[in-house]
Amino acid sequence: MIQCKTSKEIGGMGHSIKRKEDARFIQGKGHYVDDIQLPGMLHMDIVRSPYAYAKIKSINAEAALKIPGVIAVVTGKDLEKYNLHWMPTLMSDTQMVLPTDTVMYQAQEVAAVIATDRYAARDGKEAVMVEYEPMKPVIDPHKSLDPNAPVLRTDKPGKTDNHIWHWEVGDKEATEKVFAGADVVVKEQMHIPRIHVASIETCGCVADYDKVNNHLTMYMTTQAPHAIRTVIALVAGHVGLTEEKVRVISPDIGGGFGGKVPVYPGYVIAIAVSFLVGKPVKWVEDRSENLQADSFARDYHITAEMAGTKDGKILATRFKVLADHGYTDASANPSKFPTGLFSIGTGSYDYGTAFMEADAVYTNKPPGGVAYRCSFRVTEAVHAIERMTDRFAFEVGKDPAQLRMENFIKKDQFPWKSPTGWEYDSGDYHAGLQKAMDAIDYDGLRKEQAEKRKRGELMGIGISTFTEIVGAGPSKDFDILGIKMFDSAEIRVHPTGKAIARFGTKSQGQGHETTYAQIIAEELGIPAEHIQIEEGDTDTAPYGLGTYASRSTPTAGAAAAVAARKLRDKARKIAAYLLEVSEEDLEWEPGKFSVKGAPEKSKTIQEIVFAAYTNHPQGMEAGFEATHYYDPPNLTFPSGAYICVVDLDKETGEIKVRRFVAIDDCGHIINPMIVQGQVHGGLTQGLAPAMYESLIYDEDGNILNGTFMDYLVPTAVESPSWETGHTVTPSPHHPIGAKGVGESPTVGAPPAIVNAIVDALSHLGVTHIDIPVTPFKVWKILKEKGVA
Amino acid sequence: MKKEITVTINGEKHTATVEPRTLLVHLIREHLRLTGTHIGCDTSNCGACTILVNGKSIKSCTMLAIQADGKEIITVEGLATTEGLHPIQEGFKENHGLHCGYCTPGMMMRAVELLADNPNPTEEEIRWGISGNLCRCTGYNNIVKAIQYAGAKMRGETLPSTEPEFV
Repeated sequence: MIQCKTSKEIGGMGHSIKRKEDARFIQGKGHYVDDIQLPGMLHMDIVRSPYAYAKIKSINAEAALKIPGVIAVVTGKDLEKYNLHWMPTLMSDTQMVLPTDTVMYQAQEVAAVIATDRYAARDGKEAVMVEYEPMKPVIDPHKSLDPNAPVLRTDKPGKTDNHIWHWEVGDKEATEKVFAGADVVVKEQMHIPRIHVASIETCGCVADYDKVNNHLTMYMTTQAPHAIRTVIALVAGHVGLTEEKVRVISPDIGGGFGGKVPVYPGYVIAIAVSFLVGKPVKWVEDRSENLQADSFARDYHITAEMAGTKDGKILATRFKVLADHGYTDASANPSKFPTGLFSIGTGSYDYGTAFMEADAVYTNKPPGGVAYRCSFRVTEAVHAIERMTDRFAFEVGKDPAQLRMENFIKKDQFPWKSPTGWEYDSGDYHAGLQKAMDAIDYDGLRKEQAEKRKRGELMGIGISTFTEIVGAGPSKDFDILGIKMFDSAEIRVHPTGKAIARFGTKSQGQGHETTYAQIIAEELGIPAEHIQIEEGDTDTAPYGLGTYASRSTPTAGAAAAVAARKLRDKARKIAAYLLEVSEEDLEWEPGKFSVKGAPEKSKTIQEIVFAAYTNHPQGMEAGFEATHYYDPPNLTFPSGAYICVVDLDKETGEIKVRRFVAIDDCGHIINPMIVQGQVHGGLTQGLAPAMYESLIYDEDGNILNGTFMDYLVPTAVESPSWETGHTVTPSPHHPIGAKGVGESPTVGAPPAIVNAIVDALSHLGVTHIDIPVTPFKVWKILKEKGVA
Repeated sequence: MKKEITVTINGEKHTATVEPRTLLVHLIREHLRLTGTHIGCDTSNCGACTILVNGKSIKSCTMLAIQADGKEIITVEGLATTEGLHPIQEGFKENHGLHCGYCTPGMMMRAVELLADNPNPTEEEIRWGISGNLCRCTGYNNIVKAIQYAGAKMRGETLPSTEPEFV
């Protein structure tokens, strides 16, 4: 049971208050980018390449320009005149806005058609004639480094191969030594395939440049509006678009999941065109463009090894990654982390030796490397460690739950230094797994499985006990393009004691308008319902790096608490003045200060705030507002224990997820209803790559499932009825002890599901199946083993 | 080439002149400025654009505006009345049946017809009933609860608890 310090009326932390933002969404009054219509607005559509790798021989816009309503066709050559045909990526690589001579992946932007309405723009797109000279693309990342593979990035002077970077962490020699002397070594090759966030709202913008005022308002689907504004100012300052002349507005966003962090060519072209013609330009991609061209996630080929003793003690792990980045490295990672936070991959286990390395390569596929509801490559790491833990348990003949219990870092070992350099803040992994096992009746399931196996029925139980790493991040190590990854809150309390608070983050459905209000309510005792939250407008919100990687609660949520505490300090001074006592004689309870030993002498926060405007002490600054930029001292480390039960159909390979219990630990819980909702959603987004989703390319680089007809987003039928619960291990360094939760389930669910499926087949000698585990893959195995 | 059509939307008659190829969803969103109906795909899979046409849930990206000539349309903007929210809206709000809100209007319009056809559906019937509508945020648990809540409300029964079972 979650204990609340505030009354229901105040609605501070721990209350499942209903979401404030829902009132507009349920009435169809949400305000998304495509809902914006400005006077004189033009529409942009984009001509895209049918080839994965080709020279552009010519672009003929003559027929397009004859279509009524079409006013311009913009090509790379046009942008080249303004030096806008290339742009930097977040990882210090470069990306074409529009090509001048070569296309590097199928569906790449080739030209933009500007027209007076959506339909004319589409007609124009169909009429643009592009002549290509196709070339043999590099699709398989394993062949990308072959000596005879064509060098793709000929734009980079001196580049002689398709290698992007090499990264490593841990102690290579010590790891080799442990592996050489270990009783047991297990090894698997695994591919975490390319997937797509597929938020139901695609990406888009309205670029509105006002020539007279030399001012750009950019409405866009971005998770990080401030960073975007700074980038625009840095890139376009020389043509007069300095930072105060740029306003980025991120209105309601229809799901982000990391896919709305990068800058896509469409945004840049829309700005350029609006700048040139002085009219607003709308670009909204359609679903197929979104799937085929926007940032992918994952695509890591991992060789994973674990060494241990024959009685089941994990001693060391070694992961080697081949990362397929497409034609440029446009990953959305903090600058110093080319593999994101993959180095969390030693997981929840107490051992001291590990080595990880990765090599990234170019191929003729779209760029990306975004999150898909994941904190910078944590999902890949968790998949590897949780699969290998099961693999190791199988090898030594131990129950995987038992083996985990024996290897967990114990709760008194925190803060725990991981062999790859992280300091885990807190955790109680034993409690989480025990709770999950009790909830699902683990022992009963194992008995049932044994009986079913005797009858030839296929049932599996899979566990995942993961450690997440979120809340990027401490300014010592974390920045994006040099901007430190703090975040901010500004609270302004009106004379009557109602407040508005603004943040540098941007909700895409996470419920910030409710949970931030609850944090402030907790600290100040002002009812959450009277605290209005605003985000997403760079003209009004304090600077911050945005919402992704489960960072909002760890950073901006902390900022809210600290800013509110500054105000509480001021309130104490005012209360002391009003009650004519010293500050030390006052005690706080949510909503009021009272005199110690004389509780009848008190001042409510509302009375105090009113006095701040009407009767403040001489010498004190009037008003009641505070701002805080929070630089976290460490990341936070949420965890979870998930158990999945599957039944497999022996004849068809069909996989039924019968039960799935998820116990999450995200520290102190702000709103249980919202946390649970985040867990539900994240679990379905974990089920998706585990069983359904992957972007598939043929050897010519054609995408084979680039629409919602064949890219299988789970429906309510595929998605099981999730069973959820929690444990609470507060973060010791976070002002309210919270850790972040949005991504945990997406990170933790896939290995639980795969471990269950492999467990159902383990007696047949199956040790690994790559995701997505489809009925066809299972059926093929059953056929091979003579079972189907 | 353009054709004049008349549709009744949320009880109001509207006349519009449209190209024969104009999609109904564009008529609703761009000509009539009812932007609560959303677009999420180009293959009729996601259901974000679901509305009611003569009482039937229809994906409005898959119907031409001229096919709606003379028809009665209800969109999300037509659910609430001066008396208050429609039970399905209340169900979504009370049960945390939405996160980003983008699929929500379509999901609710589909649920309205589902409950009209089957006033007391089982969980499985609800899940199959909304399988033409994709939600990327919620994992569907609470959408199911929201529809069950609306069903109970419309049947005049005691409302199920809206407290999260998150222990």
